[in-house]
Amino acid sequence: MGSGHREPFENPVVEWIDSRMPIFTLLNKEYGVFPVPRNFNYFWNFGAIAGFMLVVMIATGLFLAMHYTADTDLAFDSVERIMRDVNGGWLIRYIHMNGASFFFIAVYIHIFRGMYYGSYKKPRELLWILGSLIFLLMMATAFLGYVLPWGQMSLWGATVITGFFTAIPFVGEDLQTLLLGGFAVDNPTLTRFFALHFLLPFVIFAVVFLHVWALHVSGSNNPLGIEPKGPQDTLPFHPYYTMKDSFGLLVFIIIYCVFIFFMPDALGHPDNYIKADPLVTPAHIVPEWYFLPFYAILRAITFNMNLYFLAGFAILAVLLVEFVWRKKPVYIPSASAGIALLAVGGLLALIGFTGDSCARIDAAWLEANAGFKGLCGALQGLPFMSAETAPVSAKLGGVLAMFGSVALLFVLPWLDTHPVRSARYRPLYRVCFLLLVVIFLILGYVGSQPADAAIAGIPLILVGLAGTGYYYAYFLLILPLLGRFEKAKPLPESIHEAVLGKQIKAETKI
Amino acid sequence: MSAHTQSDHDKDGETRRDFMALVAGAFGAVGAAIAAWPLINSLNPAKDTLALATIEVELSEIPVGTAKTVMWRGKPVFIRHRTPEQIEAARSVATQSLIDKEADEQRVKKPEWLVTVGVCTHLGCVPAGQKESDNHGDFGGWFCPCHGSHYDTSGRIRKGPAPKNLAVPPYEFLSDTKIKIG
Ligand code: HEM
Ligand code: FES
Repeated sequence: MGSGHREPFENPVVEWIDSRMPIFTLLNKEYGVFPVPRNFNYFWNFGAIAGFMLVVMIATGLFLAMHYTADTDLAFDSVERIMRDVNGGWLIRYIHMNGASFFFIAVYIHIFRGMYYGSYKKPRELLWILGSLIFLLMMATAFLGYVLPWGQMSLWGATVITGFFTAIPFVGEDLQTLLLGGFAVDNPTLTRFFALHFLLPFVIFAVVFLHVWALHVSGSNNPLGIEPKGPQDTLPFHPYYTMKDSFGLLVFIIIYCVFIFFMPDALGHPDNYIKADPLVTPAHIVPEWYFLPFYAILRAITFNMNLYFLAGFAILAVLLVEFVWRKKPVYIPSASAGIALLAVGGLLALIGFTGDSCARIDAAWLEANAGFKGLCGALQGLPFMSAETAPVSAKLGGVLAMFGSVALLFVLPWLDTHPVRSARYRPLYRVCFLLLVVIFLILGYVGSQPADAAIAGIPLILVGLAGTGYYYAYFLLILPLLGRFEKAKPLPESIHEAVLGKQIKAETKI
Repeated sequence: MSAHTQSDHDKDGETRRDFMALVAGAFGAVGAAIAAWPLINSLNPAKDTLALATIEVELSEIPVGTAKTVMWRGKPVFIRHRTPEQIEAARSVATQSLIDKEADEQRVKKPEWLVTVGVCTHLGCVPAGQKESDNHGDFGGWFCPCHGSHYDTSGRIRKGPAPKNLAVPPYEFLSDTKIKIG
C-alpha cells in the first residue's frame, strides 16, 4: 500500500495527508478510476445496496442498544418503551427491523445474480467463498437479533433452533446447555445473545472488507461472463457506476421506506408482540421469512435413515463420484457393473425408506390395504429396521440437510465445472437454474405452513421433500453433468463488440 | 536464515532449529487453548442457575383428573393426577408396539401420579394438554403443536416426529402428598 508512484493532489490539506499516508491515492485507485466492465445491468447494484444496508443496521443497532435492556424481566418492556417513549424510537426500531428483511432481499438477489452469471468461477472462487461466509454470519446475526425483543416468537424460535443441537450424537445435550447457559432459553441466553448480536455485525464488516479486496484483485464479472480485454471494454467506476449505483439505491430505499412508514409489521409475526412465556407455546412457530426455505428443508426429512437406507445411499454416492464427477470411473470396471450397483443401491435405499415409513403409516389405512400391510410386516421384521437402530434419526437428518444446503454454496465453484460463465450462453443451465429459483420460493412457502398442511390433497411435507431433492440434485448431479455435456452458444469476441456491435457495423457502412 | 554448522544437521537434513520451532509452536497452541478454556467454561450454567435445581410441590391441591405445571430448571414440569381410566389406558397397550419402549410402571412411582418434564423431545416446544380444554392428541395425553407429536396418558410418544417419551425428572415422595423434584 502506498510505496508506489503517487500523483500530487492540488488541495494542500489533501496533499499534506496523502504524502504522509496515501489514503486518497488508494481511494481514487479503488473507487475513482477503477476500471469496471461497461455492460453492467441493474443486478450489479445489489452489492452496493447490501453494503449500504450493513451500515444502516450498525447505525440503528447502536442507538437501539443505548435504550435496550438485555434481561428477561425488562427486555420486552424496554422495546415497548423504545416504541412509545424514546424520541423517534419507533422509527429507529422499524428501520432496524425492516432493515434486516431488506438486507436479506438485497443479499439473496446478489447471490442469485452471481449464480446466473457464473460469477463464482475462476478466478473469483475466494470472493464467492467470502460472500457465502457473509451470508452465514448474517443468518446467525439475524437469528440472535430476533431473540432480543423477548416476544413469544423470540423465545420459541430460539428454543426450536437451539433444539437442533440436541440432534448431534453424544455431545448434543451438553452443547445445547453450553450454548444456552442453562437448561432452557432464559436470562443467561438473552444476555449472551445480545453481546453476540452486537459483535457479529462488525465481524461481517471485516469479512466484507476482505470480500471487496478480493473483488478488486480479480475485477468484476459482467452479464456476458467474458473478461474485459482492454480499456475499450471498461469504464471508470466514478462517475459511471457511482451514478448507476446511487440511482438503484434510491429506488431500493423508496421501497424500503414504504415498508417502514406504511406497513412496518407486514414482514414480522404478530405473536412477537406478546411477551415471552415459557409455559405457553404458540400454536404455529415460524421463523422470519428469510429463513423459510431452509426451515422447509429441515422439516422435509421426516424419516429415520436406517442401515439399509444409508448403505443404499453410500452406493449411490460412489456411483455419482465414479460416473458423474470423474471423466472415467476408477474403481468400477464396467458400465454394466455400474448399472447392477445402481439397482442394488436404489433397492436398498427404497427398502430402508419404506420399512421406516411403515412405522408412521396410519394403522387404519394399513388394515384397508392388505398388500401394503403384508409388505410392511415383512420389512419391519428385518433386523436393524427399527428407529432405535437407525444411525441417523429424522431429527439429525433434517439438521444435516439444512446445514448441508448452505454448505453447498461454499463449494459451488468446484461443482459447476463448465468453462462458460454466463447463463446467457448456456441454454440448459439457464432452465435448470431458473427452476432452482422457483423451487427455492416454493420451499419458502412450504416452510411458512404448518407441518401437516396439504394442498389439493398433496401433503406439503412431500412437496418439501421433492424440493429438497431438486436442490441437492441441482448442485451435486445437474451441475457436474452440464459441466461435461452442455454445448454452449458461441461467445462474443469482446464486451465492446457485443455492446456496440450494431453501432460499429452501422458506422463502418457510412 | 542463518547458516548452520554441520553439527546442527542430523542425517535427514533436519535441524535442531526445526525441532525447537515445532516445540515452541506446540506449546503456544496448548497455551492458547488453556487460556480460552475459562472463557468457554464461563458460558456453562452458573452456580445460581444450578442452585434452582430442586423444588418441592404440594400434591393435595391437585384434584383427580387435573394437572399442574411447575417450573424446574427453567423448564415446565407436568404433574398429572390420573384417573383410573387414564391409568388403565396407559397400561393396556403392548410395550413392544411403542416407539420408545417403556412400560407405564417404569415411568411412575405411584400409579395416580405422573410426573414428566413438559418439553417435547423433538425440538423443545411445550405440548398442550394440561388444561381440560386443550387438545390432548389422538391418545388422550398431550399434543405438541409445533410439528404434531402425540403423547399418551403416560407421556409416551405415540405418533409424530418426536423420538422419545416425555422425560421423567428425578423426584421422590417426601410424604403422601408432597414430592421433591431434582
Ligand atoms: C448484520 C446486521 C444486523 C442484522 C441482520 C440485525 C437484525 C436484527 C433483528 C432481526 C432484530 C429483531 C427486530 C425486532 O423484531 O424487533 C434486531 C434487534 C436488535 N438489534 Fe440488530 N441487527 C444487525 C445489527 C445490529 C447492531 C450492529 C446492533 C448494535 C450495535 C444491533 C442491536 C440490536 C438491538 C439492541 C435489538 C433489539 C431491539 C429491537 O428488537 O428492536 N443490531 N436486530
Ligand atoms: S417440538 Fe414438538 S413436535 Fe417438534
